[in-house]
Formats: sequence, structure tokens, C-alpha cells
Amino acid sequence: MNGLAEIGHFTLALSAGTAFLMASIPMLGATLDDTRLMKTGRMAALVLLGQILMSFGLLTAAFLRSDFSVKLVASHSHSLKPVLYKIAGVWGNHEGSLLLWVLILAIFSSMVAISRRIEIKRQARVVSIQGMIAFTFLLFMLMTSNPFLRLEPAPLDGNGLNPLLQDPGLAFHPPMLYLGYVGLSVAFSFAIAALIEGKADKDWARQARPFILIAWSALTLGIALGSWWAYYELGWGGWWFWDPVENASLLPWLIATALIHSVIVVEKRNTFKTWTVLLAILGFALSLLGTFIVRSGLLTSVHAFATDPARGMVILVMLMASIGGPLLLFALRGDRLASRDTSALLSRETALVANNLLLVVATATVLIGTLYPLGLEAWNGARISVGPPFYNATFAPLMGLMVIFMATGPLMAWQRADSRLLLRRLMPPLLLVVAGIGLSILLLEPHNVTAIATIGLAIWLIGGVVTDIAVTAGGLRAGQTDILRRLGGMPISRWGVNIAHLGVAVFILGAAGSSFFQSETIERVFPGDVLRAGSKIYRLEDVKPVTGPNYTSTAAELSLLSDQGEIIDTMVSEIRFYPVAGTTTTEAAIRPRIDGDAYAVLGDGDAERGYTLRLYNKPLVSWIWFGAALMALGGIFAINRPPPLEDEAKQ
Amino acid sequence: MADLSPKMRRGLGITAVGAVLALAAALVLVALEDTVVYFYGPTDLKSKPLDDRRIRVGGLVVEGSVDIDGIDARFDVSDGKNDVTIMYRGLLPDLFREGQGIIAEGVFNGQNFMADTVLAKHDETYMPKEVAETLKEQGVWQGEGAGN
Repeated sequence: MNGLAEIGHFTLALSAGTAFLMASIPMLGATLDDTRLMKTGRMAALVLLGQILMSFGLLTAAFLRSDFSVKLVASHSHSLKPVLYKIAGVWGNHEGSLLLWVLILAIFSSMVAISRRIEIKRQARVVSIQGMIAFTFLLFMLMTSNPFLRLEPAPLDGNGLNPLLQDPGLAFHPPMLYLGYVGLSVAFSFAIAALIEGKADKDWARQARPFILIAWSALTLGIALGSWWAYYELGWGGWWFWDPVENASLLPWLIATALIHSVIVVEKRNTFKTWTVLLAILGFALSLLGTFIVRSGLLTSVHAFATDPARGMVILVMLMASIGGPLLLFALRGDRLASRDTSALLSRETALVANNLLLVVATATVLIGTLYPLGLEAWNGARISVGPPFYNATFAPLMGLMVIFMATGPLMAWQRADSRLLLRRLMPPLLLVVAGIGLSILLLEPHNVTAIATIGLAIWLIGGVVTDIAVTAGGLRAGQTDILRRLGGMPISRWGVNIAHLGVAVFILGAAGSSFFQSETIERVFPGDVLRAGSKIYRLEDVKPVTGPNYTSTAAELSLLSDQGEIIDTMVSEIRFYPVAGTTTTEAAIRPRIDGDAYAVLGDGDAERGYTLRLYNKPLVSWIWFGAALMALGGIFAINRPPPLEDEAKQ
Repeated sequence: MADLSPKMRRGLGITAVGAVLALAAALVLVALEDTVVYFYGPTDLKSKPLDDRRIRVGGLVVEGSVDIDGIDARFDVSDGKNDVTIMYRGLLPDLFREGQGIIAEGVFNGQNFMADTVLAKHDETYMPKEVAETLKEQGVWQGEGAGN
């Protein structure tokens, strides 16, 4: 027993005080036009970061030292756990994940506070609002979810962590996701600041946009990591299950995607302001919903690890308050931001309206699918589940429609696009689509209209990206050096747009390949038996017991064979038993390749009755995550730093 | 493209938004009608008239009822009052055990439940919410909040 946990608890309590000051003084300064008061925001944000960092560091230290006198460590860690998962254990539970959440909030707040590129009054307001959010959550933590609670007497060893969660993909999934969720708080704070100020102009958009893009990119990666984890760790062969918890992270992502597009219009054309502010509020509201729906126990989910319905209700009430207040403010003052749009029907603005409209409506369909079971149960007690068929019938066509606009948008001029020029630019993508669809019909089995339409959409998008780059390069008529010079002159942010859009196309191809063209075989076999799944040929070589560091397992050794029967590679699928947690997990054998994965799962069985094997051929499946990574990369490239402001100019 | 008067722009805008919303509403309503899967307990199955609609059934796997032959599994699921026999062809989840709460999805043919999906949860101590509620309804719930 030492006092470190108490110090951690103490700095956490102090940080709530700091957050209160941060929430009030700079805001007061902005109201009174007092520069000195406004500037306290910077110090407050940095002190807050220091204090929360201290708490977080002490909690991490408790996990690293396996200090089981701390209740959280005792229930979520174990002395035999590898170091990486001791650290990941810090946020693998409700209390610790809240602490991570406020830590990231403090990091973003400090980034805003120390920036010399944000107008000082706006900066003061944004920092204040970040402070209010921090204060609310710190108070909630201190009152209901203290991570530093002691356990008396301390147990000899911990309860371990669910072995499914002991995985690098999942260790980094929550921090990345939170980076996205919490990053959207900055967009939210900028929106509230705009409502208070009664102004959202070009500079406002330029100053807010980098934060929105960082948040969006992190959210994209976070969701992709979660999906990747589900693919290789759950052993079900799928990568997205339309599970409520997955949907909870998709909802803010969809709104954030709309937001990164609408904020461009504010920046370039000084319109769409009210709408952008509304999106920023909704995006953060949904990310709060996303953070806490996971643990509220309200929704049935395959991913519900540790739920606590009682705390869930507190969270819901808090959620209502934090969404209701800003929306009320929006209703009262939103019209001050209204602007007139003077662009022609055929313009980039219109394409972006279509993008926003479709994204928001798609968000609504996902929200309905997620919440409808709750509503229906409350209404007539019927218990239902809404699964992939619902989303395939609603979400997918809306997104397909959006992809059509996605290729055309960047090729259209702001304000007024030349219809003949546009038509000429759309010729190459159109020809590519026709050729692509023709080839697909010739080469691909099975013939599936949806599959071919999906491939057509991806090609359309790739065509749009290539055309945009070609147009920048000056087309075919330009000389070689000229092309290079022009491409070099293309702004990085424009590359960002094209990389992200290309990422979407790559993602679509991955999704189409792995869902429409996958093969699955389930058989009961003995060592030596050969099985085929699509183009992949597997042979079960041996099944034997293996002892791991903190588990025992039954391992199936498989060979992947060529058509001639030669061994291409060997793979191992395991059923692991973790004695500490008393849990069994399946480790799929996966051989990821660019053209598709071989994926094998060992089921139950024994030497006498044979073993059940589930074997897959999954064409292009890794393109899903590769595409998501491209999107995130594009998001980072698209960041345009606003110009620095002189101190005098700021005032 | 010709210039439009503000009034026409507005009209066009509203029409476009209306069209997308109508399309989405139609998609959602049709999809909800066709794709939603209802959940029943074994007792519900006895009383409810079910055609060949896809449904979910959940309950505790009855001790000693599991019979696995090759990749075909047959087991009973109980809510404490009634049982239903589930036939399933495929790989059972890791956490499938006797006495464990599970959910199966498929079609009830009046005799047996022909499942194509069997779900158990990641977490040993976690009971699928629907299963817990079914057990509560039948008054055999042993866990938290029992006796309320």
C-alpha cells in the first residue's frame, strides 16, 4: 500500500477545479473584452492537461506494477499479462476509458489554447466550452466512476482481462476511436462559440477545419481497427456486423464526413454556415452517444463486455442535457448565421449539398435501425433485431447514390460549372465504367447485378479521381515537364481529397469482393483430408495440443495447396483456453494477401470423430482496411493550416 | 444552365430534399417490414402462430441435450417452462456450452427450430439481454434483480 492512487485521485479532483476556472474565466474575458482574462485560458488548459496526465500516469503505473490494492487493477489486470495489455487494461474498462476520454479532451483543448492561429476572442470561448465539457465529465467521474478506489484487503492476483481483448488491434482501437470522438468536441466548441459570437465566417472555418479533419481521420482509423479486430479475432469471417456498438461509432463518422465537406463551403463560399454549425453539434452529440451507448447496457450487442445499466441512465440524462442545451442555443441564435447562397444549380455547391443530404439521411437510417428495437420494445414489448438485410436495403443504396456525386463534385467549379466542360471531364470515368462493367460480366462469377453495380461505382469514383489529377496536370496536351510542374503545384489539400476519395473506391472494391465473391465451406474432417473453398485448397495436416504463455490450446495445422497439390503455405488455427479468465477463444488462421485472404477456423471435435473446419476464400478483403487507411491519410493531407495571426492583429 | 429565380431555386431545393427524404422513408419502411427479425422464447413459440418468417429464439441450453454429429448439432433450449429443439448445421460459437444462454436465428417449422446462426456472447458472465428477460418472464431468473 502506498499513496500513489490517492495522489492520482487528488490530482483528478484538482483538475475538476481547474476545468471550472477554464470554463468560466476566459468566457468572462470574452464577454468583458478583457484580454488578460481571455489569456488565462491558455494556462488553464495546460494545467488541466498536466493534472490529468498525472492521474492517467499514476493509474497506468498501478496497472504496470500490478497494484491489486487498486480495485480497477484487481478487476481488470493480472500479474501474468504481457506489458502491452497491462497498459491497454487502463482503458479496457469504464473508469479508465473515461479517464482516457478526458485526457484526450485536455490534449485537444491545449492544442486550441496554444494555437497562434485562432482569433483571441474565439479562442477564449472555444477553450471555455472545452472546459465546460471537461468539468462535466470530471465531475461525473469523481462522483460515480473513481478509477482509484482501493480494495481492502488487496487480492493476491487480478481477475485478468478478457483474452479476446488481449490483442494489438483492440489495444489501440479505443484510443484511436476516442481521438476521433473527442476531436469532434473541438468542432462542437467552435460551433457554440460561433453561436455566441453570432458569426461564422471564412476564418472561423479555416481555424476549425484542421481539428475536424484530425478527428475524422482518427475516427476513420479507429473504426477500421475495430473492424479489422472483429475480422481476425472473432473468427466469424465477417468485418462488419451492423451491431449497435459498431453503428454507434459509424453515426458520428457519417456526420463528421458531412461536416468536413460542409465546412469547406463555409471557407470557400461563406455560406452553409447554419447547417455546418448544426452538423458540428450533432456530430459531437452522436460521439457522446457512441462513447456511452457501449456501456449503458441499453442495447443488446455482441460487443457488450461490461455493462452497467444503472450508470447508463445517469449517462443518458447527462447526454440529454449536453445535447439539449446546445440545440436550444442553436434554435435561438442559429438564424443569425444565415446566409444567401447565390450559386447556380450546376456547381460544386450543389454536389456538396447532395453529399450532405445523403450522408445525413443515411445517418438517420442507421439511427432508426439501431434504436427501433428499443422503441418497439417500449411500445408493445416485442423484441426484435435489425440486422444486415435492413442496412443493405436502406444504407447501401443511399451511399451508392452519394458515390455518384463524389466523383463529379471535385470536377465541378464553385458557383457555376460549365456543363459542356463537365460533360467532357466525365467522359473518361464513364468510359471506364462501361469497360469495367463489361469486363466484370465477362470475367467474374457469379453474375450478380448488385455486385457489378457496386464495382461500377468504385470504377466511376476512381475515374473521377484520375480525371481530377489529369485536369490539374493539364491533360494530354501538356508536355512532360509541364505535367510534373503542374502536379507539383497541386495543393497538398487537393491531393488529400483525391487520396481520400480513392480510399473510398478501394474500400468499396474490398467490400464487394469479400461479400459477393467469398466462398465458405464447413466440413467435419480428419488429418490428411483436402477441402476446397472457392479458389483456395486446404489440407488438414495435424491437430495437437500446444501450451502458450497464459493459455493452453488445441492447434490445427493446415496447408494451403496449389491446384497441382503443392504446398504454398502452412497456417495454424487454434482454440485457446485461458485458465485465469476461464475463457475459450478461437484464433483463426489467416493468410492475408493483396488479392484475397485464406481464412480457416478450427471448430469442435476430437481424434475419433474428426474436427469441424470452417474454410473461406475472401477475395480483396484487406482492401477494406487499406481503403480506410487511405481515407484517413487523405484527411490528414487535406489539413490546411490557417495563417498565423500577429498578436496585435488578434486583438 | 439558365439562371433560376430565387423562388424557383427554393422550390427545386425543397423538391430535391423532399425526394431524398421520401426515398429514404420508403426504403426504411419497406426494409423494416421485410427484414426485422423478431425474438421469441420457447414458451412464445408454443402459442404464437408463425409462418416461415425468420425469427430468433433464445434461452438456456438444456444440460445433456446437446447431440453433435459431424457438423450437425441438435440441442434443446429452455426458458424454464418450455423447451424447443434447435437443429443447426455449422460451427458452434466458442462460448456454446450446456447451461449457457444462447440465441439462435432461423425458421420454426412447428416442430423444431432450424437455425442457420447461433450466437453466444463474448463474456462468460454475460447473459443475452433477451434471454435474461425471457427467464424473468417465466419466473426462473436467478441473477441480479431476481425476486422483483
